[in-house]
Amino acid sequence: MNRFDYIRPDTIADAVAALAAFPGAKALAGGTNLVDLMKYDVATPARVVDINRLPLKAVEDTADGGLRVGALVTNSDLAWHPQIAKRYPLLASAILAGASGQLRNAATTGGNLLQRTRCYYFYDTSTPCNKRVPGSGCSAIGGVNRIHAILGASDSCIAVHPSDMCVALAALDAEVEVEGPQGRRIIPFAQFHRLPDHNPELDNTLEPGDLVTAIILPATDFGRHHTYLKIRDRLSYAFALVSVAAAIAIEDGIIGDIRVALGGVAHKPWRDRNAEQRLRGEPPSEATFLRFAEDVLRESEGCGQNDFKIELARRTIVRALMQATRGTPQDQSDKVVR
Amino acid sequence: MPQPSPTTMVPIVLTINGVRHELSLAPWVTLLDLLRERLGLTGTKKGCDQGQCGACTVLIDGRRVNACLVLAVARDGADITTVEGLATGDELHPLQAAFIEHDAFQCGYCTPGQICSGVGLMQEGHAHTREEIREQMSGNICRCGAYTNIADAIEDVIARQSASREAAE
Ligand SMILES: Cc1cc2nc3c(=O)[nH]c(=O)nc-3n(C[C@H](O)[C@H](O)[C@H](O)COP(=O)(O)OP(=O)(O)OC[C@H]3O[C@@H](n4cnc5c(N)ncnc54)[C@H](O)[C@@H]3O)c2cc1C
Ligand code: SF4
Ligand code: FES
Ligand code: FES
Repeated sequence: MNRFDYIRPDTIADAVAALAAFPGAKALAGGTNLVDLMKYDVATPARVVDINRLPLKAVEDTADGGLRVGALVTNSDLAWHPQIAKRYPLLASAILAGASGQLRNAATTGGNLLQRTRCYYFYDTSTPCNKRVPGSGCSAIGGVNRIHAILGASDSCIAVHPSDMCVALAALDAEVEVEGPQGRRIIPFAQFHRLPDHNPELDNTLEPGDLVTAIILPATDFGRHHTYLKIRDRLSYAFALVSVAAAIAIEDGIIGDIRVALGGVAHKPWRDRNAEQRLRGEPPSEATFLRFAEDVLRESEGCGQNDFKIELARRTIVRALMQATRGTPQDQSDKVVR
Repeated sequence: MPQPSPTTMVPIVLTINGVRHELSLAPWVTLLDLLRERLGLTGTKKGCDQGQCGACTVLIDGRRVNACLVLAVARDGADITTVEGLATGDELHPLQAAFIEHDAFQCGYCTPGQICSGVGLMQEGHAHTREEIREQMSGNICRCGAYTNIADAIEDVIARQSASREAAE
């Protein structure tokens, strides 16, 4: 691990100033991703700003009936929070599908949002990687790429965003509250993470010095029709090969509002609003959902070892939408895909 | 742009197994290395050093956490329990006793982490069925594959605790 300057501010303003002062400064929340990356010299921050003393641990009602979740609320506290379990069970389910009991106790809402890819080469400092060293090349293209992207990849990077929580947040149309050197701003979830394009070193649209202060969940009632279905190499404690967060409003046997976000397939949680729009007014059925899956995946492209993910994604979308329609969300304990 | 100079020592206070420690630490020392290398508490094991195995699980303020991914200075003021702190005198913690009773280990390397994780899981109170125990214990890998007996031990203690709670009511 590199040597660094360590500071522990008590106020948000001091934390933002400490982060903004040096371009290489990093916030430390639960540390479950940052400390890991520092051990591998993948992250070598000259300054670590320990944000654990900041007042960002509350889950509060917003004026318009939603919830505001502080950036330091742990993944466990959020998943088991009575208001989340009752009003946003899709989010609770996605969080509980990720990592392990002890990791979720340390991991925070802000840190989960900003966790970095699990691409093997990103972690291996002896290989080229455009995300780690811009311009050095991408070892995954033509290399071991079984876990890599099938949508929205570029010639520079084919990595995927590893979070489960973020897939649910994308489906729920959450917002990210940020405090930066220029003050506070709100970023819609769809505009928070980005596609790799020619600068994969940027995972998201944050600017230097920005601190994530909260996630805001909208008031929308997502009803009974939701599920988080995660497919991975073992039953637990593994990242998603493909995951689907689905929420559907069904009125008089017809699909109304529908949101489907995919995890494990792209550099950001993937949503296709046009395809969702085309599904409105249709009756929910396996045939309809299969057409939708093909629509969402129309531009999908494998890079060799991950070709299987296209078919896997197609089936996972259909299965998730059937689970949501029936009101039988995936159980994250017994794992039986019904 | 000039870079900041590294911090050398940070004064912190930790209560570890009931004993207060005033420490001066470099900020890059993990809680796991502090426990093992500096305080001689080698019950907590280092397996992967990456959050992937659970051998380093300890309780921080009563909650199970992977000590290998914690910078010790970031937990200034915390109350930490390691496997060495679970027994009361010569009396084993009920889960320690259940691990012996159910033969829930082979080589024993994962065991301190399994037991701390199981104690944390029971305090969380979200595991009621065997499936829930297995799922919520998935952060602890056992190279010897003692999973069946580990789940038996935890299930047993949970059942005994809820029986005695019901008897008390
Ligand atoms: C073995 C293992 C398995 C895992 N499996 C899964 C899984 O299946 N699914 C899943 O979703 N995740 C999984 N994870 C990842 C885990 O969810 C993340 O490591 C965790 O959510 C990160 O949160 P943290 O608070 O520990 O972040 P940290 O490690 O503290 O920080 C992560 C990054 O975010 C930045 N940061 C943190 N908070 C803020 C803030 N408020 N403002 C600005 N920047 C900030 C840090 O500077 C750093 O760059 C796994 C991790 C491990 C080690
Ligand atoms: S896919 Fe992205 S993260 Fe992986 S090696 Fe290529 S550039 Fe690096
Ligand atoms: S040593 Fe910490 S999880 Fe393996
Ligand atoms: S008993 Fe050997 S690793 Fe679990």
